[in-house]
Amino acid sequence: MKTIKVSVVTPDGPVYEADVEMVSTKAKSGELGILSGHIPLVAPLEISAVRLKQGGKTEYIAVSGGFLEVRPDKVTILAQAAERAEDIDVDRAKAAKERAERRLQSKEDDIDFRRAELALKRAINRLNVANMK
Amino acid sequence: MASLRDIKMRINATKKTSQITKAMEMVSVAKLNQAEINAKSFVPYMEKMQEVVANIALGAGNATHPMLVARPVKKTGYLVITSDRGLAGAYNSNVLRTVYQTIQQRHQSPDEYAIIAIGRIGLSFFKKRNFPVVLNITGLPDQPSFADIKEIANKAVGLFIDGTFDELYMYYNHYINTIQQEVTERKLLPLTDLADNKQRTTYEFEPSQEEILDVLLPQYAESLIYGALLDAKASEHAARMTAMKNATDNAHELIRTLTLSYNRARQAAITQEITEIVAGANALQ
Repeated sequence: MKTIKVSVVTPDGPVYEADVEMVSTKAKSGELGILSGHIPLVAPLEISAVRLKQGGKTEYIAVSGGFLEVRPDKVTILAQAAERAEDIDVDRAKAAKERAERRLQSKEDDIDFRRAELALKRAINRLNVANMK
Repeated sequence: MASLRDIKMRINATKKTSQITKAMEMVSVAKLNQAEINAKSFVPYMEKMQEVVANIALGAGNATHPMLVARPVKKTGYLVITSDRGLAGAYNSNVLRTVYQTIQQRHQSPDEYAIIAIGRIGLSFFKKRNFPVVLNITGLPDQPSFADIKEIANKAVGLFIDGTFDELYMYYNHYINTIQQEVTERKLLPLTDLADNKQRTTYEFEPSQEEILDVLLPQYAESLIYGALLDAKASEHAARMTAMKNATDNAHELIRTLTLSYNRARQAAITQEITEIVAGANALQ
């Protein structure tokens, strides 16, 4: 099967670079699966897992605050934070999840509420991805 | 002339100082290396970001976005990056002087501007002079990650979007090489000077161009702030390294002159003793 080059880049440096058969992600408008030869596309991503399929195996990367740029021969995911499943610090994610939950229950003003919600999403996403490996 | 003991004590004190400054110099060398690596690993992200943003914002279609449009300026924001600690030569004072002079020239009243201070030195400088500081962050690590700066970058961009500022400038020391850093003024918002690399790609947008710009432009501005911070950190370590190197050199110079006067004083004392003994012996004859 034809492969497509994928790179996941964050401000702290590249996280992943390889050739894969298929990239599937969750964009704001819904699930997206990308194969080689896709038309150029830009889409913002949800805080979610990126799944990279290669030779029957699937790798998972937790992504937050990112978007996807597709060219016929290359997919670039630019994210503010991204970790491969094996690099996720599970204890830290759990702590972040508890912190966010506490903040959500204490009901402060709107901005803090939204931020806590996003933090909770990120923590849950990391934990999910860490469990998938 | 100072006594032998006094000179000896000064030599010892200077030696200890030079050991400390030497150690600080070496620490800064190590930190500078790391800062250069950090700055390098940020480059691919920034380049890709610039490419995509320029492509979408300048490309086909007539999408406009509030962040791309210059509006009449009622209030200006200044984001100033300084260090948390001193002992970095003229690093902080260069930036602060430039900002101070610019503000004095451009504005008549404190209602026309607001300051975002990154770094303790800058924060206390502006507070002492009663400048309006709207946001500040101190205690950033020497090797900041994007997560450390995300919140303040986010808020700074937010203040532009909600109309608190009509433009936002960044001031920081740009790293040229280890002995040269340059105070740089950069207009961050509105994003009017997007690099056009001519290699346009026409994209499909999912869901729409406007919505993508809504997500993309704040992220782009935040990464510009992060890039400036990395640059400033590299300059900080370089400036501290040079300052500490000069301090060590000066200490060595001082030790040399002190040792010279120590030896002279010792020789004078010996000569005097001999004269006294000889005089004593002569008196007995």
